[in-house]
Amino acid sequence: MNNPRILEIRRGVLEKNDLLAQNLRAHFNEAGVMVINLVSSPGAGKTAFLEATLRHLRENGLRPAALVGDLATDNDAQRLARSGAPVRQIVTGGNCHLEADMISTHLADWQLDLTNLDYLFIENVGNLVCPASYDLGEHLRVVLLSVTEGEDKPLKYPTLFNSADVTIITKIDIAAAVEFDRAAATAAIHAVRPGMIILETSAKTGEGMQNWLEYLNTCRQTYPLQPITT
Amino acid sequence: MHELSIAYHLVEIAAQAAQSAHVKQVDALHLRLGALSGVVKEALLFSYEIATAGTVLEGSRLVIEEIPVALHCPACAVTSVLDTIQVFRCPICGQPSNDIRQGRELEVVSLEIADEQPTYS
Ligand SMILES: Nc1nc2c(ncn2[C@@H]2O[C@H](COP(=O)(O)OP(=O)(O)OP(=O)(O)O)[C@@H](O)[C@H]2O)c(=O)[nH]1
Ligand SMILES: [Mg+2]
Ligand SMILES: [Zn+2]
Repeated sequence: MNNPRILEIRRGVLEKNDLLAQNLRAHFNEAGVMVINLVSSPGAGKTAFLEATLRHLRENGLRPAALVGDLATDNDAQRLARSGAPVRQIVTGGNCHLEADMISTHLADWQLDLTNLDYLFIENVGNLVCPASYDLGEHLRVVLLSVTEGEDKPLKYPTLFNSADVTIITKIDIAAAVEFDRAAATAAIHAVRPGMIILETSAKTGEGMQNWLEYLNTCRQTYPLQPITT
Repeated sequence: MHELSIAYHLVEIAAQAAQSAHVKQVDALHLRLGALSGVVKEALLFSYEIATAGTVLEGSRLVIEEIPVALHCPACAVTSVLDTIQVFRCPICGQPSNDIRQGRELEVVSLEIADEQPTYS
């Protein structure tokens, strides 16, 4: 046997996705649209929260749209479309997360004029693991944590929580009934992402939505578009 | 689980490099894997076998170097290695910090090759 040779490579495994995401972000900046990636465990309330957000933004005269990823169905897109905002489904066909090329492909097919939008929301597939690794070109990564799923979720999925810019505690209307421990949740979130802003909302009662809309607006006022993280 | 898709990306990058260097057989692929990469080592090792089947990397070993998080503390002006990804605090003074200097790596470093020297024509 000959001596082993070493062939240097030094390339990022996700470099294709990262490059595409950077191009998407530049494209979004040019169009002046702020892009928000919503991630959470299945059923944490992304669609309900997004539906309420779309409705409020439209009432305020703003122009939001949404792309929604789902493993198999278009139920979420149908729910979101009730807000009157343009909505498009991405059926991932079993893929457990969205990738940048799915965003660019669907945007191209959709022929949506991004310059006519203020916000583009992307509802990721319900999953606290895989979406962490994939930049979609978003300006803001929002992680949702419902009051029913356990205050220590951030400690179990630190990578995703660490990659997010802001946490939304959802279903706050039932916090008392499920004995949600606010201090424990805050401690867990701040352990894995020191100083992260935490907002509490209920899609059902509308509680906290005003704070969220103000936060979004503050992010949008900064240029180049970027998250306000502390 | 997205490790299989990660493994396919990995193989694509490595196979491309092997081909440009006229390599016929690879013994090992060296990878740097950060604690915050979002990829599980065991799942990746398992997926690697599947993803390499029928490629120039078939039968090769996946050698993973695990990279811990390194956190910079502005107060101490020191970057320390953490042994956890659940608490982002300076191990010296206990201050929280978000200044992560290392730990997100997911990088193909090199290939180990033991075949005969390539023939250039
Ligand atoms: N009480 C209460 N229930 C809510 C609230 N938001 C969502 N829910 C309920 O929680 C369940 C899941 O909500 P969805 O909005 O579908 O959650 P999701 O995160 O989009 O789910 P996936 O897309 O499947 O991951 C539904 O039964 C909702 O009615 C809320 O603010 N309060
Ligand atoms: Mg949904
Ligand atoms: Zn310190």
